[in-house]
Amino acid sequence: MPLDRGLRAFYGTRPEGEAAFLASKIAVSRNKSPASQSRGLPAENDRMLKRSLLLAATAAAFLSATALGAGAATVRYANQGDLKSLDPYTLNETTTNAHLGNVYEGLTSRGKDLAIGPGLAERWEMLEGGKRWMFYLRKGVKFHNGNDFTADDVLFSADRVRAQGSNFLTRVPKDAKFTKVDDYTVEVTLPTPNPIMHYQWDTWYIMDKEWAEQNNATAPTPASAQTPGHAALNTNGTGPFRIESHQPGVRTVFKANPTWWNDAKKEHNITEVIFTPIGNDATRVAALLSGEVDIIEPVPIQDIARINASPNARTLTGPEVRTIFLSFDQVRDELLSSNVKGKNPFKDKRVREAFYKAIDIETIKSRVMRNLATPSALMIAPEFFPLSKEFTRPKYDPDGAKKLLAEAGYPNGFEVGMNCPTDRYVNDGEICQAAVGMLARVGIKINPIFEPKAQYFAKVLKAGGYQTSFYLLGWTPGTGDPHNVLYDIMGCRDNPQSTRGESNLGGYCNKKLDELTDKILVEADASKRTGMIAEAFKIGNEDFGYIPLHQQALAWGVSKKFSIPQRADNEILFYWARKE
Amino acid sequence: MADARTTTLAAKPPGFLARALDSDVWASFTRSKLTMAAAAVTILFFAAALLAGLVSPQDPFNPAELELINSRLPPIWDAEGQRPFMLGTDDQGRDMLSAILYGLRISLLVGFMGVAFAATLGITLGLLAGYLGGVTDTLIMRIADVQLTFPAILIALLVDGVAKSVLGGHLDPATTLSVLVFSIGLSFWVQYARTVRGSVLVEKNKDYVAAARLIGLPAPVIMARHVLPNVLGPVLVIATINLALAIITEATLSFLGSGMPDTMPSLGTLIRIGNNYLFSGEWWIVAFPGIALALLVLAINLVGDWLRDALNPRLR
Repeated sequence: MPLDRGLRAFYGTRPEGEAAFLASKIAVSRNKSPASQSRGLPAENDRMLKRSLLLAATAAAFLSATALGAGAATVRYANQGDLKSLDPYTLNETTTNAHLGNVYEGLTSRGKDLAIGPGLAERWEMLEGGKRWMFYLRKGVKFHNGNDFTADDVLFSADRVRAQGSNFLTRVPKDAKFTKVDDYTVEVTLPTPNPIMHYQWDTWYIMDKEWAEQNNATAPTPASAQTPGHAALNTNGTGPFRIESHQPGVRTVFKANPTWWNDAKKEHNITEVIFTPIGNDATRVAALLSGEVDIIEPVPIQDIARINASPNARTLTGPEVRTIFLSFDQVRDELLSSNVKGKNPFKDKRVREAFYKAIDIETIKSRVMRNLATPSALMIAPEFFPLSKEFTRPKYDPDGAKKLLAEAGYPNGFEVGMNCPTDRYVNDGEICQAAVGMLARVGIKINPIFEPKAQYFAKVLKAGGYQTSFYLLGWTPGTGDPHNVLYDIMGCRDNPQSTRGESNLGGYCNKKLDELTDKILVEADASKRTGMIAEAFKIGNEDFGYIPLHQQALAWGVSKKFSIPQRADNEILFYWARKE
Repeated sequence: MADARTTTLAAKPPGFLARALDSDVWASFTRSKLTMAAAAVTILFFAAALLAGLVSPQDPFNPAELELINSRLPPIWDAEGQRPFMLGTDDQGRDMLSAILYGLRISLLVGFMGVAFAATLGITLGLLAGYLGGVTDTLIMRIADVQLTFPAILIALLVDGVAKSVLGGHLDPATTLSVLVFSIGLSFWVQYARTVRGSVLVEKNKDYVAAARLIGLPAPVIMARHVLPNVLGPVLVIATINLALAIITEATLSFLGSGMPDTMPSLGTLIRIGNNYLFSGEWWIVAFPGIALALLVLAINLVGDWLRDALNPRLR
């Protein structure tokens, strides 16, 4: 992976440009050899030269014609990370969800302001306080292969998303029972009420039952899979774009779907999107500045000023609702990678507190994030929780941290491995390196395991067996509600029958918090609910289960010819994009 | 190329130093100012790398010595520059001068070990191929021919990739270093093997080899004691030029992200880190390691060129 990225950094990224360049090079070198052989024969020489120049010109013309042939509405998009799998249940990660959100659709959808609206379900009813739901499906919707979208597909997707290997187990409650009333009506019944069940169904993408069965893709592809299945390399959604070709790590081509159910009212004028991962920051910026790509995400924060000063590009920035945090393995009796044997130092609250106090968040904010981040005391962004101002971080206190470590029995610190993605969040690798330095000063020796997200997620997620001792992760609650954080990230994962704590990579567990979480889910009184949420977060903070770092800033770089609404969850969705 | 016979026949050989100072090689060295300058630069770099621990103001590999607050400081002559960071600092507050000195050490270490590995492998295989001939020769030389059709960097990347997946993805710095040496060694042995084989083919028909065979010495002894010393001249030249190539290869691998990690940077890693800040005006992070690498490789190459000319009897 790094090799791949590096090579691209070396040779530039635009495939057409590269091909034309190579073609002209080949033509020139072909031109050279006959010319040198036929020295002394000017006429012959000249003829050969002309022929090869012609060849070069034809090759260049042909290649640029294919590049331009798709017209002005071709959008080139570069992200720092790759699109690992096309299976919509493999990796619950915003970038992947956004990519696939152009192709697949959920029963609900979210607007530019993240408001919930109808999707594949035209409307729905919540009955019995959230114990029974009726979904009325949109008629006349076709999958990209021409199959009709019906209730059977919803039932199939509900089974598939909850099957082993899925990374979306919490999207649909485990005990929800789906019944087909007729072809276009689905009834969902739950043993306990869940009034926010549909909050994150915009990214529970509905798949075609028939297609999956034909292609032996009824089981989800796990993130740790070594050989991708059919659904990981092909798509068949109902959405505004279909994927024409997909070369993992190289490029993915999306084409507008003329048979989209909402095509008559579509807002975009895009006919084609070409996605290329460009890992190297400088190369990604260079590609935007030279006009080779129309949109990049993220803009390296050191280059925001440079892009805004350029005549043909600009940046779109805003606060993101993602919280970046560190956490520890608090489950295993012995850490996977540490020199402490026979016990797990992170089971001791004092050690966790010491780590928290060793992190100098203000310096990370000013030096690594160049002030484009908001330090956070909570595992949720203030946009989603009104009382977040009442929480403060414990003071940066390296001496106190040393004292706590000594009290816990580690006066000389210890060694521990740290997992960190290097192409997922804004300056993720740099944040981790900074943490390595800060922890070194209190005696903790970090053995860095910093990797591209494909390798990182394959290890640390449930599908990879939560192989981590200390890690950095970012989380945006898909529901836009604190319950999601309390359930998915901070909930105990000790019950294998439950989906609670699916993305709780370190296994932090406090039963009191879980009890509150369950009450929060069904509490109808808003102010009472907010109070319970505050109480739950207080428990989490007092346990030092997590070290919240900050909410990062969104930074997209776009060509001035291109416009796209910037959603606060950092999803780049081309069905609202326009290009002149 | 001292001939074995002349040394044994001389009544009383003069001392090594006297012979060296009296030789054509030394004469050609003192005649060329460029070579002397290049040699001086090379020695300076070697010394700097060896003494990095004493000279540099900071240990850039010790995260506890890095202060994030000192990150991205410009060089000392800039208004915002600060002591003791002569050449500025990188994004983690690492002193560039220290990082370059320590990086040089890694680059040279990998270079020397890679060359030593490649030379050992190449000389052994070349000797075997040339002396034994027949099937051994065909086998070794065809492998060499096939490998020559690929650029060395591709072979190095391939070996590096395979080694990493065999060893299980993420490696600690020491293992990474060994993998680098291994991959560089494997990608450069062919030249040695071919050169040595050519020389061996000439040498093995000479009388002293026939004499050695006549008195019944076994083949390994003849190869090691009699043939080997007489084919080492050209190998020395290749090794010098290959040292520069190996350093470049290591830097390329690190630049591409499959070499040394950010926490223990070599020159190539420093250039990769700096590359991220090219557009933001923080030029010193990429410029100084780049200049250091270019100077080092240029100096070694100039010394290698001189050595090649000096040892080539046709050019004398």
